[in-house]
Amino acid sequence: MMNKELPAQWEGFKTGLWTSSVNVRDFIQKNYTPYEGDSSFLAGPTDNTKALWDEVLDLFKQEREKDGVLDMDTKIPSTIVSHGAAYLKNGKETIVGFQTDKPLKRAFMPFGGIRTAVTACKSYGYEVDQELIDIFTNWRKTHNQGVFEIYTPEMRAARHAHIITGLPDAYGRGRIIGDYRRVALYGVDRLIQDKQEQHASVVGDMTADICRLREELADQISALKDLKKLANIYGYDISQPASDVKEAIQWTYFGYLAAVKEQNGAAMSLGRTSTFLDIYAERDLASGKYTEEQIQEFIDHFIMKLRMVRFARIPEYNALFAGDPTWVTESLGGIGIDGRSMVTKMSYRYLNTLDNLGTSPEPNMTVLWSTRLPENWKKYCAEMSIKTSSIQYENDDMMRVTHGDDYAIACCVSSMRVGKEMQFFGARANLAKCLLYAINGGVDEKLGEQIGPKYRPITSEYLDFDEVMEKFHDMMEWLAGLYVETLNCIHYMHDKYCYEKLQMALHDRDVHRWFATGIAGLSVVADSLSAIKYAKVKTVRNEQGIVVDYEIEGDFPKYGNNDDRVDQLAVDLVNDFMNMIRKHPTYRGAVPTTSILTITSNVAYGKNTGSTPDGRKAGVPLAPGANPMHGRDSHGAVASLASVSKLPFGNAQDGISNTFSIIPNALGKDSTVFMGDLDLDRLGKE
Amino acid sequence: MGCIGNIHSVESFGTVDGPGVRYVVFMQGCPMRCLYCHNPDTWEINGGEKMTVEQILEGYDSCKEFLKNGGITVTGGEPLVQIDFVTELFEAAKKRGIHTCLDSSGITFNRNAETLKKFDRLMESTDLVMLDIKHISDEEHKKLTSHSNKNILDFAQYLCDKKIEVWIRHVVVPGITYNEKYLRELGYFLGGLKNIKALDVLPYHDMGKVKYKNLGMKYALENTEPLPKEDAVKARDIIVQGIKERLHDDNNKK
Repeated sequence: MMNKELPAQWEGFKTGLWTSSVNVRDFIQKNYTPYEGDSSFLAGPTDNTKALWDEVLDLFKQEREKDGVLDMDTKIPSTIVSHGAAYLKNGKETIVGFQTDKPLKRAFMPFGGIRTAVTACKSYGYEVDQELIDIFTNWRKTHNQGVFEIYTPEMRAARHAHIITGLPDAYGRGRIIGDYRRVALYGVDRLIQDKQEQHASVVGDMTADICRLREELADQISALKDLKKLANIYGYDISQPASDVKEAIQWTYFGYLAAVKEQNGAAMSLGRTSTFLDIYAERDLASGKYTEEQIQEFIDHFIMKLRMVRFARIPEYNALFAGDPTWVTESLGGIGIDGRSMVTKMSYRYLNTLDNLGTSPEPNMTVLWSTRLPENWKKYCAEMSIKTSSIQYENDDMMRVTHGDDYAIACCVSSMRVGKEMQFFGARANLAKCLLYAINGGVDEKLGEQIGPKYRPITSEYLDFDEVMEKFHDMMEWLAGLYVETLNCIHYMHDKYCYEKLQMALHDRDVHRWFATGIAGLSVVADSLSAIKYAKVKTVRNEQGIVVDYEIEGDFPKYGNNDDRVDQLAVDLVNDFMNMIRKHPTYRGAVPTTSILTITSNVAYGKNTGSTPDGRKAGVPLAPGANPMHGRDSHGAVASLASVSKLPFGNAQDGISNTFSIIPNALGKDSTVFMGDLDLDRLGKE
Repeated sequence: MGCIGNIHSVESFGTVDGPGVRYVVFMQGCPMRCLYCHNPDTWEINGGEKMTVEQILEGYDSCKEFLKNGGITVTGGEPLVQIDFVTELFEAAKKRGIHTCLDSSGITFNRNAETLKKFDRLMESTDLVMLDIKHISDEEHKKLTSHSNKNILDFAQYLCDKKIEVWIRHVVVPGITYNEKYLRELGYFLGGLKNIKALDVLPYHDMGKVKYKNLGMKYALENTEPLPKEDAVKARDIIVQGIKERLHDDNNKK
């Protein structure tokens, strides 16, 4: 399907599979240059960059002064081509493009749910045009309306009681990473041609599945056409491949920009772009087209744009996610499956933006960590971590085994092969609450209402481990089933009414779908079961007879101390729940995974969960992710990490997070006072 | 039959007590009464938990993945108070290829035949000694710790003769050791040793205060302010200057 003659923009690149089919990984592997040196080549910010960044900082300040929202669109539903061009100081930006007609102005995105979109505006004092509300209420159905039309009463109750919580049923599911690099490498025309061929290839019985896929491919083609128009608005023609590093960054960014204009996803991650872009940078450095200063400037401006991505969100959403995160995650480094380091100069340039522009939580710079990374890179990462506290680390040695070397992280820990895998984000089931339901026979301890099935409650004064475990398993079976069914409803409707056509246009035709369930409250449940097993736990009931509190007599092993007696309970919990999830059919044959990664929402989940048998009082936050409960890990950091490391990744493939805080002094000696490598011979000569 | 030690606590993520990430064993018992001691809860020899060598090594094993470039450090308290236990622990650790580090003030050292025999045996399985010299002046040392420093400085010489690697630790306390003359003298002494691999100047902090309060004890340095980092850097430079002077003098003698 390729033209015989290779495009001029590819001159100097080693050809391979990537030249005849869309295959960015092959392009990277054939062409990238691993970098083992140190950070001394890096360039500081140019005057242009400083001037631009000052302007951005001023905009951030204005935004903060206006309660965190600078401006909101209330008239135009956001699409890839909904707005004209917007700039900072025209002429100084080397990388251009904003989501709306003004920097930091939040787009109106009603396809996930009109009510949420309107509420988001209202809560900051903006009124959406009535006509728009009418359109998306009466004429054009949204994802949210679709979901609620098919939710069963049981699903609504579970949602209301917060045993299943944070569901993407009124907002974009996110956690899909378009392979934005394809735009730069191939140019949009080639991608359209590829999609047209795919469209032609999907024929046959016209079952619902085939009809849906053909429609989706058609949608993807129009999204790609719109992507070209978006670039045109900014004066670029991206129908052809990018010809240098500046264009490669710009083309890639247009792809990403189109995605964040179309979708207000829970996490809109960027992917794994640095090593890809480095190939262009190396070519331009070699030919003398650009200097290191110029390339760093392009990257600084690109990152600046990523820091300015904004979404309109409701205050409850911000409470759940502790702020206004966009999760523009970029995965850096890692080791290739051929054993070569994938760290390039561009990996350094990305982290260097933390120096040039100052620290920032976004984009979420994620270092794919391997013990085999070059020593210089490890040192640089450590140095930048100490300096900026802005780098996230993930275990490449573990993920490479299942995902190869062209995966990226969506959100905080969800790994997926770029352009080949996507996930159906599924929030979390609250296992702590599930345990309380087991004890109270499905009655919610906070609401006093029957939410779960009316199984026989525990009536004894003291909890018996075997009895609790049996009932807990029954309740988990119920929860796992209901959870999968609920997610099936959500993703069916999301595909139907809020399909990510641009992002999916930057995927292969047949994507692997992950069905990403999640659990909250792991350590609370492990400790609760441990307390029941190794101490004596007395129930405290209210007048209704519902257990609302617990008194513990004696001590018990606590998760986070590398004690197998309780750590094994946590391991079993993950395995059991995952296997229960697996029993149920999933939408589009998605492969179930689980995550243990409630990094911020653990606070909200805790608020909605009554007292637990581990001694945690009602309303107290659950521990984040797979963390031990606060203050219960009394054997030092390694023991705590060792407990977490026992959790089986194979049954929690969507990620296990452990939030680890440590004061810098506890990490080692301050090199300005401590003199290691004391060289007496040298001192004697001084 | 394993030897039993009185253990105050263990820390599985020690990053300041020797090279790498280390498994740190805090032992009970110390004959010194340093005014600034931040672990007064380890003074009593009979306190803590009774543990065997095997139990400690099991603890190490359970997190050895994190300790690849580290090892075991025993500290306290004064670990040499339980020298037999430390020796057994280090011998067992060496058999497993674990790096061993002794963090000590050297206070129990003397050259009695029997004591020396024990030290000789311990040093066979000790990779590194972190020697904490509290004060270079004997008179001031007595005021600060209620003991003479003569045997401690002798211990330093002993380690030098045995070619055991040593890191010197020195706490710099305003009004006590933050004194140019003493720091220079300390450096001059250290310059005469051939086995020093690192110099760790520790600015005095008062984080131990709360422990005294909890133990119902009086804190002697109630009115002493923590030493700022800049002053610690100054102190270090003076010590290094002293080391250089000694090295020059020794070179000239040759």
